[in-house]
Amino acid sequence: MTRSLDLSRPILLAVAALLAVMIVLPVGWLVVYSLSDKEGAATLGNFATLFTDPTFVDPLITTLIIAVSVSLLCCLIAAPLGWLVSRTDMPLRRSVRTLVMASLVTPPFVGAIAWEMLAAPNSGLLNQLWRSISGMPADEALLDIYSLQGLIFVIACYTFPYVFILVANALDRMPGELEDASSMLGAKTWDTARRITVPLALPTLLAGALVSFLQAMNLFGSPAILAIPAGFHTLTTRIWSLFQFPPKPELAAAASLPLLVLTILLLRAQARALGRRGYAVLGGKYGEPRLIRLGLLKWPAVALAMIVLAMPLFLPYAALFNSAFSRVASRIVSFETATLHNFRFTFLELSSTMPALKNTFLLASSSATLGALLALLIAYIVARKAVTGHKVLGFLATAPLAIPGIVLGVGLFLAYTRPPLTLYGTLWILLIAFVTIELPVAYQQLSSAFHAVHPELEEAGRMLGASRLRTLADITAPLLRSAVIATWCFVFVAVIRELSAAVILFTSDTKVLSVLIFDLKESGDVGAIAVLSLTMVAITTLVVAAANRLSGTRLQARPVS
Amino acid sequence: MTRKLTRRHVLAASAAATAGSFVTPVRGAPPEAQKITPALIEAARKEGKLAWYTSVDLPVAEKIAKAFEAAYPGIAVKVERSGAERIFQRIGQEYQSKIYNCDVVNSSDAAHLIVWKRASMLAPFVPEDVAQYFPAAHKDPDGMYASWRITLSPIAYNTKLVKPEDAPKGFIDLLDPKWMGKIVKAHPGYSGTIMTATQQLSRDLGWEYFEKLAKQKVMQVQSAADPPKKLALGERAVMADGTEYVVTMLQARGEPIAEVYAVEGTPLVTGPSAIMARAANPSAARLFTAWSMSAPAQQMNVDVGALRSAHPQVKDRADRRKLGDIKTLREDAAAVADQADAIKTRYTQLFKV
Repeated sequence: MTRSLDLSRPILLAVAALLAVMIVLPVGWLVVYSLSDKEGAATLGNFATLFTDPTFVDPLITTLIIAVSVSLLCCLIAAPLGWLVSRTDMPLRRSVRTLVMASLVTPPFVGAIAWEMLAAPNSGLLNQLWRSISGMPADEALLDIYSLQGLIFVIACYTFPYVFILVANALDRMPGELEDASSMLGAKTWDTARRITVPLALPTLLAGALVSFLQAMNLFGSPAILAIPAGFHTLTTRIWSLFQFPPKPELAAAASLPLLVLTILLLRAQARALGRRGYAVLGGKYGEPRLIRLGLLKWPAVALAMIVLAMPLFLPYAALFNSAFSRVASRIVSFETATLHNFRFTFLELSSTMPALKNTFLLASSSATLGALLALLIAYIVARKAVTGHKVLGFLATAPLAIPGIVLGVGLFLAYTRPPLTLYGTLWILLIAFVTIELPVAYQQLSSAFHAVHPELEEAGRMLGASRLRTLADITAPLLRSAVIATWCFVFVAVIRELSAAVILFTSDTKVLSVLIFDLKESGDVGAIAVLSLTMVAITTLVVAAANRLSGTRLQARPVS
Repeated sequence: MTRKLTRRHVLAASAAATAGSFVTPVRGAPPEAQKITPALIEAARKEGKLAWYTSVDLPVAEKIAKAFEAAYPGIAVKVERSGAERIFQRIGQEYQSKIYNCDVVNSSDAAHLIVWKRASMLAPFVPEDVAQYFPAAHKDPDGMYASWRITLSPIAYNTKLVKPEDAPKGFIDLLDPKWMGKIVKAHPGYSGTIMTATQQLSRDLGWEYFEKLAKQKVMQVQSAADPPKKLALGERAVMADGTEYVVTMLQARGEPIAEVYAVEGTPLVTGPSAIMARAANPSAARLFTAWSMSAPAQQMNVDVGALRSAHPQVKDRADRRKLGDIKTLREDAAAVADQADAIKTRYTQLFKV
């Protein structure tokens, strides 16, 4: 039998080595550093400090309070909204669903900055509005965003969409027969909802609660913007503060490990919760779930949905546009007072804007390309069990899910500020960080896409004498095009908004947009922040729209089943 | 760089230094003063660019960079602006990783220059204006650095929220319960101006002042340029510290903000500039430094950026009090170099962030 050289084994080794460089090395250094003192001798002192020093214990407790509250709040908002959108005849439900998804385009730290403009106790636009309506005295405030509650609220604004998507999708898939059976047995609509729908959706809700817990625990941007002015730290901002002079990488490493361990434990719990979902959809094909008629209640329902959407979407964007066109962000802009000053400053005077945009574009497109290719390769190897040891690859590709951005940032910093691979100061270290962070999602998307392509098609190619790689390139890849485009686009967008790893790893020559915005935030240049944030969201939206279009038309043109 | 850079290195130097803030042991004759020659301009043009790390407020820094680019077309200035303490950390980190991005550095924490000089990280360079006009207190005897700017860290208030007669007269007034929740202040772990001011205030008023201030529910921002901006927004009524030139600029723009030079004295903050020894663009760095210390450029700092200048030919602005008429606290860069880590730790304990 003659066939071209099969490269699958060297590729497996190369991919495994690459994943080791990306994941094992940083985490390894993290552990080593956390167990070393300043001179490099072994010690448990860092952990002793971590669990006794109030400057660490307080942030740890604060972080847990935030994570639990955000998680509860998200479920409280997302569950009813998801149900309304999926199982009722609420007007505008399609638009509501799209808009909730769209709110995910907003980077959480941009949302936090926008909420500062809205609800800073004195200058916040909502507080000013309330004062003018109610006559509340000037030194009192309705809302104070610089508080634990304020921070919890803002994090929840940009976290509940994740729970919403999980819940709405689960409800979409839920078989209608179970509900039909219930109503045939004489249960009222509401009884059915309470006794059948809610229990069936519970595992998903639990998974959603865990996702939002993790998100809130590992977030850096929002607490950095809202907690520090209020005079408290979360664990992530505390870790970041350890990189100020004199840097204490050992303590930063030690403080990162609880985040890592908690994340791993919670992800296991989440897998278990989602795993149980299976009992709801045993056997056979089911009918479409039936929609509950809300009757007159549909108007309050729509109003509720709009109020919810105002929090992450309408209000913050109104505030951002207002600041972008005004000289002083705390004043409402009118046609007479509107100015282009902030745009001029940002694009013509600010010398870091263009380099940052260039770096961001370069990194986002190369991370997206590399990430999608790597994920494709791994998904293929695992799905087709192409080589022995494929399970290890699958595990490594999902492992970064358990590494919070800031922890990965610290790990990569420790691993690559030393020979033999001194990558600090180059775009490479950021590329590694971004690809690593996004690999799990890319891998999951593509591996589920692989399940849709029947191996027979590939086997045909192999039988006709093509090598494995050639089959992959000529047969499998074209079939997966729309999934690959979607993955590419997903990684691109995620990279553009990444802050927590970038803020540890950047140097003056490798600054990206998110870090630039964060820098401007620290010196209070609100106008430029608004302009850059809107630019960032505009780019993201364009890329998403373009990718949708691209994969959509290809999808229709696709000559397969 | 093999030697690890710490502030401890300067302990010996600071013990010896007693008189002015810039006195460090003289190593030999300072280098000869340099004019802006056609040869220098030509060499700088060949390099075509330079990176300027500075802690001066971003819009001011960009205006200065644009003015230089207009004066010497073909040489692009990349402004890397952050808080002085961040820049100090950044340069240390970059040098340890053998990254030499920075050509010219300007810090609002004069102690940094002492530390960098001790670590042999600076290149000697004395512009003609510095040699001829700058007072001795504003230049390093070895020609490593000179005061590119001077500013103050006054108190200020929003005139719409506070009547002039109710405004605090000094720092101790800020401890009055009526200012609870109404004060904004910047951070010594970020800003060199605030680090310098914190050292002077803790020395002259004692740490009790900060202990009590920390109980006033202070809004904690990072940059010294931010508290005046928060006053202009109307977000807080009073700032406990912050940089004077941003207050002046906002005032000139018609924002409702007024400064108070405290009865106890106002912290004085000099911001020296230097060229890095490993600068990738040494000629452009020299041209920029020579230009930035010249009388017209220093005058622009005052007119456009509302900074103050050590150059005797520069005229101060008519719209504010002359530096000589303000009671200032004594600046002691050597002491800051010695105490900075302790100050940051103590500050973090008191203010929790």
